[in-house]
Amino acid sequence: MKTPLLIFNNEGIYCKEADVYIDPWRPVDKAIITHGHADHSRWGHKKYITHHTNVPIISHRLGDINVTGKAYDESFVINNVKFSFHPAGHIIGSSQVRVEHKGEVWVFTGDYKTENDGISAPFEPIKCHTFITECTFGLPAFKWTPQQQVYAAINNWWAANKAEGNTSVLFGYSLGKAQRLLSGLNPEVGKIYTHAAIENMTNVIRLMVDFPKTHLITRDTTKKELKGNLVLAPPSAHGSPWILKMTPFVTGSASGWMAFRGARRRRAIDKGFVLSDHCDWQGLLSAIKATEATKIITTHGYTDIFSKYLREQGYDARTEKTQYEGELPDGEVKKGEEQVV
Amino acid sequence: MKLFADLIEVLDSTNKTNAKVNALAAYFEQAPDTDKVWTIAILSHRRPPRPVNTTLLREWASELANIPLWLFEESYHIVGDLAETIALIIPASEKRTEKNLTTFLREIIALKSKPEADKKAYLFDNWSILNYYERFVFTKLITGGFRIGVSQKLMTKALAKATAISEDVLAYKLMGNWDPNTISFHDLVIQQKESDTISKPYPFYLAYAVEETPESLGDVTDWSFEHKWDGIRAQVIVRNNQLFVWSRGEELVTDKYPEFQEFIGKLPNGTVLDGEILVYYNNDIQNFNELQTRIGRKTVSKALLQKAPVILKAYDILEWEGKDIREHSFLERRKILEALLKQVTEISLPLQLSKTYAFTSWEQVAAERRKSREMRSEGLMIKRLASTYQVGRKKGDWLKWKVDPLTIDVVLTYAMRGHGRRSNLFTDYTFALWNDKKELVTFAKAYSGLTDAEFRKVDAWIKKNTLERFGPVRSVTPELVFEIAFEGVALSKRHKSGVATRFPRILRWRHDKKIEEANAIADIKAMIQANEVHE
Repeated sequence: MKTPLLIFNNEGIYCKEADVYIDPWRPVDKAIITHGHADHSRWGHKKYITHHTNVPIISHRLGDINVTGKAYDESFVINNVKFSFHPAGHIIGSSQVRVEHKGEVWVFTGDYKTENDGISAPFEPIKCHTFITECTFGLPAFKWTPQQQVYAAINNWWAANKAEGNTSVLFGYSLGKAQRLLSGLNPEVGKIYTHAAIENMTNVIRLMVDFPKTHLITRDTTKKELKGNLVLAPPSAHGSPWILKMTPFVTGSASGWMAFRGARRRRAIDKGFVLSDHCDWQGLLSAIKATEATKIITTHGYTDIFSKYLREQGYDARTEKTQYEGELPDGEVKKGEEQVV
Repeated sequence: MKLFADLIEVLDSTNKTNAKVNALAAYFEQAPDTDKVWTIAILSHRRPPRPVNTTLLREWASELANIPLWLFEESYHIVGDLAETIALIIPASEKRTEKNLTTFLREIIALKSKPEADKKAYLFDNWSILNYYERFVFTKLITGGFRIGVSQKLMTKALAKATAISEDVLAYKLMGNWDPNTISFHDLVIQQKESDTISKPYPFYLAYAVEETPESLGDVTDWSFEHKWDGIRAQVIVRNNQLFVWSRGEELVTDKYPEFQEFIGKLPNGTVLDGEILVYYNNDIQNFNELQTRIGRKTVSKALLQKAPVILKAYDILEWEGKDIREHSFLERRKILEALLKQVTEISLPLQLSKTYAFTSWEQVAAERRKSREMRSEGLMIKRLASTYQVGRKKGDWLKWKVDPLTIDVVLTYAMRGHGRRSNLFTDYTFALWNDKKELVTFAKAYSGLTDAEFRKVDAWIKKNTLERFGPVRSVTPELVFEIAFEGVALSKRHKSGVATRFPRILRWRHDKKIEEANAIADIKAMIQANEVHE
């Protein structure tokens, strides 16, 4: 039997023909990187190849690295294997990776979502034979509401908190979710303050996207100036001494997991907003259908359940173990991402 | 329905009790009267009987959502709540309905006797005209148990705020059997009745735990000692030839303990006793497990009354001859109590005195505490003889000195996903002990005792070390050892290991131990024998 075009080994997703890895979790010589989250772009590879909007992001996160930027749809050949990046719509700079060799086409999604968030290049389905997909939210219980409705709910919540004299503290990952929230916030309600981890990352992305004005919280920021305004903070700030400066405050969290009442109560968050940078159930199914692929490999999320369903629908579907984490349920810090508070 | 669903959404959007009370109070100020009555009924566990069994609900919901039943079941195990799962998987609809809560409840009541096809059509129609929160609330009303983080007490507090009627009076008004379908809000809540004030209890005085040893309390002769009974703390009131029983949660539970109706006419009017409700027969206090069969019931069957009869073990008297005597010293109050109980011993009421002890040294106190397990008590109560009956948990005069729990090292063998705030996390564990053949035998289940961070770690470990799946349950590689604590242990035929424990909980994760070092069934059987030797 011939070796599959991509295999899953101890280091990551490996293309033997080209001797290159995609999103490896251990240090390798040459890594093709889908996006800037810590579980996909790790430290220690000798060479990074990624979409050019992701270059400043991973350089900010990983420091001095040897990185090459590519445009979407720009193909590059390594040892007779043709690679190209295509928009994944997950966060700014996120890509799917298309791999073609002797007429056989594989696509790896990294993380992706089908809704256009207005910040990242919108997801484009790519025709392929084998589709390697994440399925963080691969259960029919996950069904996202259109983001404009979620943003309206967030702004109403903020205005109501302000009317009661409370500061609103909204939690989201510093890369991706924080900027998406920022793009949906209405600066007419009040001022937007940020935790340093979010401010720094946002400043990197401001070079490519316009966002409302933000104010970094420093030692000199007073309780009085925060009052009634909104604070964007990473999830790990919840329950930390840093947050006491916002008192009196109300907490909110924006995540796909907030679809579950239990997940919100477990974290003792006041208000949950269901907003994810991953596909919901229908998003996954429609994306798979659009690729016209017959072979599906699920990597992270509810993989067993999702691939069983796909097999019932007639796909040749299986699961491969990876070290990707998707969106973590309890606002935990991903491996390789520093605890910011 | 929209108004009620909006209320539930607001209650769901805050972890702060005050905000919940305000939201409920605002609802009580604006909802139609019949909806208010139904809301009170639902939040005081008076829901209509379940019109459709859950098996049919699952089948129909998966049919409407166009997914296979197995996928619905998997989703349910992960979401952890049936109504929530159904609300999530049913496709969204643009249709809306103006039907109010009362109309929905009347329809649900009428649904019970309809043929299956009508039930299905009713559910399909209504699931399709409700938004997410309405669908969740509607399905919760059908599945029963309406637990949404709002206690009856919190509801009563909000109602008091909205109506300016005191909480105690409301608690009394809301007790007993009333039918939300027929009673008006005015008759239930507003109308003043003479009886409203005669039920009024006194706030309970609660004890602090002894921190290490009680010697620091000083002169042992300043104190009175008694066993700490393992039952339900209760205040029993006889006034105006009527009886009222209040639990410590300040919930009126008179109907649950009909035995105490005998007190009327035997105890003088104007008597309030503080004590512990215990199951008692064969001249002995029975296990707390037996009392549990009485706690959950709204109505008590004759069979249950015979199987698990209760007594009041009285330890204090707060009102005597219609006068509040809480400012009297404990010593004086006990004299009145003991004289009263002496008078009624001839009549054989379900009423006993909790015996007090006087000791001359702290060693004697410690020796009495060691007898707690054989006395079926949880330890000792230590009360200052000169103390008045105070309000709430106050330091200084009343202390509890509980026995140390029994502990054993066990191996984690199975795990199940939790519910509610632990949904989607493996937090419900089954533990095993070694038998004579060096096999692990299931011994006990425990759900509490780890921190949230530890639960997350164990959860991640379980996901990586699953051997087999049985629906929501996973068997795991035997590798982790935990020390579990429990209050008592008895032989049991129903349990695989042959023993049953009382209130098992996780004490700590023994990272330092290998499974070979976990205990054996023989070890726990030795504990039972050790307890029996005392008797």
